[in-house]
Amino acid sequence: MKPTDTTSPNYYHKVVDCQWACPAHTPVPEYIRLIAAGRYTDAYMINWKSNVFPGILGRVCDRPCEPACRRGRVEKEPVAICRLKRVAADYKTDIVDRLPAIPAEKNGKRVALIGAGPASLTVARDLAPLGYELVVIDKETAGGGMMRTQIPSFRLPESVLDEEISYILNMGVEARFGVTVESMKTLVDDTSFDAIFVGTGAPRGRDLNIPGRHEADRHINIGIEWLESVSFGHTESIEERVVVLGGGNTAMDCCRTARRLGGKDVKVVVRSPFADMKASPWEKEDAIREDIPIIDNHVPKEFIHDNGKLTAILFEKVEAHYDEKGRRSLIPTGEPLVKIDCDRVLIAVGQENAFPWVEKDIGIDFDEYNMPIVDTTTFQSTLPKVFFGGDAAFGPKNIITAVAHGHEAALSIDLFCQAQDVNQRPAQNIHLSSQKMGIHDWSYDSQISEDLRFAVPHVEKQKALENASLEVELGFDEQLAFQEAQRCLNCDVQTVFSEPKCIECDACVDICPTDCINFFHLDEDKALRTQLRVPAKDDTQDVLLSDTLPTGKVMAKDEDVCLHCGLCAERCPTGAWDMQKFVIDLPVAGERG
Amino acid sequence: MTYVIKPRAYHPNLPKNELGLTRRDYEGAVSTLCAGCGHDSISAGIIQACFELNLPAHRIAKLSGIGCSSKTPTYFLGKSHGFNSVHGRMPSVLTGANMANRDLVYIGVSGDGDSASIGLGQFAHIMRRGVNMTYIVENNGVYGLTKGQFSATADTGSKSKKGVENFDASIDLAAMAIQLGASFVARSFSGDKEQLVPLLKAAIKHQGAAFIDILSPCVTFNNHKGSTKSYDYIREHNATVVKADFIPHKEEITTRYDAGSVQEVTLHDGSYIRLKKLDDNFDTSNRAAALQYIQEHQEKGEIVTGLLHLNPESTDLHQNLSTCDKPLNELHEEELCPGEEVLALINKSMR
Ligand SMILES: Cc1ncc(C[n+]2csc(CCOP(=O)(O)OP(=O)(O)O)c2C)c(N)n1
Ligand code: SF4
Ligand SMILES: [Mg+2]
Repeated sequence: MKPTDTTSPNYYHKVVDCQWACPAHTPVPEYIRLIAAGRYTDAYMINWKSNVFPGILGRVCDRPCEPACRRGRVEKEPVAICRLKRVAADYKTDIVDRLPAIPAEKNGKRVALIGAGPASLTVARDLAPLGYELVVIDKETAGGGMMRTQIPSFRLPESVLDEEISYILNMGVEARFGVTVESMKTLVDDTSFDAIFVGTGAPRGRDLNIPGRHEADRHINIGIEWLESVSFGHTESIEERVVVLGGGNTAMDCCRTARRLGGKDVKVVVRSPFADMKASPWEKEDAIREDIPIIDNHVPKEFIHDNGKLTAILFEKVEAHYDEKGRRSLIPTGEPLVKIDCDRVLIAVGQENAFPWVEKDIGIDFDEYNMPIVDTTTFQSTLPKVFFGGDAAFGPKNIITAVAHGHEAALSIDLFCQAQDVNQRPAQNIHLSSQKMGIHDWSYDSQISEDLRFAVPHVEKQKALENASLEVELGFDEQLAFQEAQRCLNCDVQTVFSEPKCIECDACVDICPTDCINFFHLDEDKALRTQLRVPAKDDTQDVLLSDTLPTGKVMAKDEDVCLHCGLCAERCPTGAWDMQKFVIDLPVAGERG
Repeated sequence: MTYVIKPRAYHPNLPKNELGLTRRDYEGAVSTLCAGCGHDSISAGIIQACFELNLPAHRIAKLSGIGCSSKTPTYFLGKSHGFNSVHGRMPSVLTGANMANRDLVYIGVSGDGDSASIGLGQFAHIMRRGVNMTYIVENNGVYGLTKGQFSATADTGSKSKKGVENFDASIDLAAMAIQLGASFVARSFSGDKEQLVPLLKAAIKHQGAAFIDILSPCVTFNNHKGSTKSYDYIREHNATVVKADFIPHKEEITTRYDAGSVQEVTLHDGSYIRLKKLDDNFDTSNRAAALQYIQEHQEKGEIVTGLLHLNPESTDLHQNLSTCDKPLNELHEEELCPGEEVLALINKSMR
């Protein structure tokens, strides 16, 4: 077995679970330490650099970092990372003088950003300091995109939104708000734009406007939105009797998901004949195998409800007729309407076209789902000067993912505008620096706090219910923020092992509180993970393997539940273990590969 | 010296023993010894052995003298009874405690200075009396606590950190223990837990005087070139003779060994020690042969480790004195002063 290559940028990055899980790779432990030190503005700026909207994300982020947090593996709950981010935003001082300088003299390149959501604003933030002229166009009268239109203000106050958007718009960005882009061709043909970025958000599922739709709304979902809420964990169950309307793959996903969430009597009802359904044949087979009948040639006519409580759907039976050109028409058979009882309806009759304004013949290719074909690294479309990002690129995700897309797209746009190869991405650089300050003295608080997660205080319920725009969460006060910050395990301070210094005294093995460190004679025929004192069961967590040591043994350290307490380094007589802070430079727009 | 408090969090998959405890439950306070001191590894070995033997910590007494080694009982078995006695006097305190309460498991921890210099007399008498205990010497060849003067176990010709040679003859405590009648004698190395932990388990389970001389490098004063008690020197000169493993009686024998090389010695409670000989000519029950073997290898510059002597027919002090089964400290007035009638009977028997 080969010793671990810790020079690859990903090795230590993965150990910082939160940073690795964050789509924008925000250096979480670093800003948490700054919060603990009361350096809120510095903590804010670190966030601002990575994720652009610390105040917003500190309230409404999907927080992929928290389920990844190591603390959740050694104790009950992860560090309240998201809410600590908000602390940085709440207690910072004025940051305007810390924002990047915007060159008065522009670089002669002009970029149109369509949609003023998180993805476009990130592109603007990254390109403005480089001298680009930026034009943001949005149909709404203010910037923010879905952050403004889809999040209630009791979760995200308008003032926070306005503040963080203004930092970007004030970088000399031209905002054309209240303007709907009708034609991509016009923009593409407009030679004053060197590149175009599309950040217009996710396509919406098509609705079915038949009688009863509005009244029974509480029991009816748009299939794709429902799937989304299932995947985000917002929906965890469904009624027993479910009808899925539609015949595509989304309908198949819906009915099979419904079966898993408690649906017992789940039916798919589709207008067309079975053979004409859009769903792939195997998808249909899989659904049928899961006891889901597919009823074809039924056109929904009305939702029947009892005072808003959905009870059934009425269908008209049809027959497909094909003319000489093969065009299909569905002709009613004249039979009485069919009533199907149900408690919940999922409408999966297709998607609204998110890009009706993008002409199909200008070189931007779309897939079968009407989504643009976009490179997953460069975010470039099949028309080189057009880039996509956020939900417009790969469908609904979340704000932090849109930000991450924005950074990458900005990098590409800069390369493209400077006539460089967009595939030539600058490398990630890593730095490791010892945190030893003296004997038993480290630059970070190595003592592990035993506190459990602190809850964020809320406003009184009565007050909150009286005022729809009053923010419900009050945020941590400084004392709570400090205590919560102390729960962070400083996973970016890495345990770095150097073979030549090791005298194999076992001191690190004996002191390690979580039994991570092992010295043993490696059996090459057996999996490394099974040979540890406590076998390393989680394959997503790496094992650090050393070279062979003088006694013929190897050192293997399971990174999984290491507390980064530094006790191994503290008990090491020779400095073979050292605690070193890991910093990764992620390339940003303006850098070259 | 470590100031950080060892976090209480432990590995979620850490094994539990029959008492539902993890290895961590047998720990003590965080060590204040020098980083890399062999003594800390021995503490970890004792923790592991007691965990694996499913011993309830409150039924163990740990006693020690003075020295870095004698400080270590603070760093293991935090829930056990402890007595940090005077320099070289651990044996008499242990003997007294053992007389008073025969039901506890006794672990005596000492150093080479503590046992081979000031406490040599006490060491000799506790061995010959066969006190039921595990006597551990954490042997680093120096007085660590007082800054590294040669101790009486330092080998002739060994050099101090400043380059001064030792001309005195050295005391081999393991050989002495065999000679003095200890019924379980072993030597091991702090840097080899695979050998040490089974020996500790067997010694703890042995009924009678068990002695283990554990070579335990002093990283601060005796781990240099020229020292014969350094990590490197011990690793280079180690000659293991008998590997011992403790097998609880419940466990079935599953492994088959070549005839002659493996021997099983049944202990008082039905459990047994499995001996795996690395030298066919060695007989652990023969004291004279063991002594000769140790001597011969020492002359070749080799340190013999492993189980050196085991007398399965051993007796202990309580058996020799025919004390009652009930611990003396539990005897009440009725039992101690049984009344005039009984006294009359005793007097009568003496007439
Ligand atoms: C009566 C008495 N004499 C002398 C001392 C000084 N003294 C303290 S520790 C020690 C030697 C300890 O050596 P050892 O038992 O080998 O322990 P180590 O520190 O090497 O583990 C001595 C002589 C003392 N504490 N008490
Ligand atoms: S002086 Fe030597 S024996 Fe004492 S703690 Fe330090 S290394 Fe261990
Ligand atoms: Mg000593």
